[in-house]
Amino acid sequence: MTLKIIVKGIAKGKIMKTNIPINFLGAVDKKTGVIRDDKHDMFQKSIKNTILVFPHGIGSSVGAYTIYSLKSNDSAPSGMICTKADLSVVSGCALANIPMVIASQKQYDSLVDGQEITLDAESGTFSTN
Amino acid sequence: MELTKEEEASLKGENGESLQLAYRILVATGEATDAEKLVPIEWAHVSGVNYNTIGDAGEEFLSNLSKDAKVKVKTTVNPMGYDIDNVSNYNLDEEFIKKQESIRDSYNKMEVTPSFSCIPYEIFDLPKNDTQVSFAETNAAIYVNSIAHLKTNKESAFSALASALTGKSPYSDLRKDQQSPNLTIRMKLENPNELELGMLGYFAGKVADSSVRISGVNKMDRRSCKSFCAGMGTSGTCGKFILDEGNDSEKVDFDKKEMKNVYDELNTTDSSDLITLGSPQLGLEELSDLSSMLKGKSFKKRCMVFCPRTIHDQAKKLGYTGELERAGCEILSDCCTCLTPLIDKKNVDGVTTNSIKGAYYLKNSNGVDVNLKPLAKIIQEETK
Repeated sequence: MTLKIIVKGIAKGKIMKTNIPINFLGAVDKKTGVIRDDKHDMFQKSIKNTILVFPHGIGSSVGAYTIYSLKSNDSAPSGMICTKADLSVVSGCALANIPMVIASQKQYDSLVDGQEITLDAESGTFSTN
Repeated sequence: MELTKEEEASLKGENGESLQLAYRILVATGEATDAEKLVPIEWAHVSGVNYNTIGDAGEEFLSNLSKDAKVKVKTTVNPMGYDIDNVSNYNLDEEFIKKQESIRDSYNKMEVTPSFSCIPYEIFDLPKNDTQVSFAETNAAIYVNSIAHLKTNKESAFSALASALTGKSPYSDLRKDQQSPNLTIRMKLENPNELELGMLGYFAGKVADSSVRISGVNKMDRRSCKSFCAGMGTSGTCGKFILDEGNDSEKVDFDKKEMKNVYDELNTTDSSDLITLGSPQLGLEELSDLSSMLKGKSFKKRCMVFCPRTIHDQAKKLGYTGELERAGCEILSDCCTCLTPLIDKKNVDGVTTNSIKGAYYLKNSNGVDVNLKPLAKIIQEETK
């Protein structure tokens, strides 16, 4: 089964995976890409240059600007994989040209934190490097 | 998603870069939500106005966009960082003011209505039932879908902006009539105040999908309803609620234990040196209530009250602002508790508020501790 492609492109990087949704506006520092929400399990980690794997975005509609800012500040993830579409993440990735896909639960479960992968959001597949 | 010939042409860039960008966003959001087409919308409400939230990248983006982009439909905008009339009373750095003015200029050039409010549903006449709109501010999207009988996706800052520029939005689930939420949250606490309903909203946002039923709450007054919508918008992706039982849906209870979990997550201190009221901004009814509650009393510490400019003007004519100022309130327009740079950890240690949404962003974005109390308790304990 192929991934559902939302924003096309090819991205390589190390998977950073969390099962907790992300409110980009409150929880991510737009300059550095560091998670600053002390209730989040990725607290103090940076999402820069990772393949960010998370269920979906939540909360503020302005989170889309956070994603765009991350890209402008060279601190954005290389690609994003979610199980559910939320419009802040989708539109933020669309404007910032960050490859983004929706995965099935099974595909999502197969992704392991720390693994190096290539996300091919042209053909809708991913492979380990 | 099916596009008309004209939409296709715009996506290819035949009608200019701004429209191409707008259609790129609409197509991505449409594909992501399985929309089969774009539909016309009559009103867009855009977020991403406060320099504190969108930063330099956002400021530059809007400055470029506004060189040739104009909104196609009525477009109102969210709060900015400060009150235009009294910014000089606050110790804000010039760089912030310069960047904020640039953002304001960009929106003005695109010909928006400069409302700077997160409660557009309370200050503008509402269109007829079932009208398609495109609201980014989350409390407003949830409010108009659930209470005001309008239809919107839980838009993002960019998807609402794209709607403003094109007059269109993806025909996703929340825009359709056949909404049947698969989850009911049973409110187990009787006679909840606005803070408790804010916590219920925050909990609901966490567990619900795109829409949810709430049972055990018969009706909410405006203050409670705004608190509920803002709480729900902060924690999740849910864009609509219905107040009823829903026979065949899954049930989850919201009881004392669940409420304590939310309280413990967002209440970080017992003391404060500032009170804020208004996230969402207060409406006329709330200012009138507040001025009656404060008769013969005055605050023991600073209290910032946030409301839209039009409400401020009306309240002045009706004599409410005089009473509020006598009681020690600083009344601010154009901005809101959430993410205003006027509340900074350099000069504020803790904030008392009745807003769950305010609490979340004060803590996570402004880095300030929060003390949560319902309004009645704030008046009782924080005035003399």
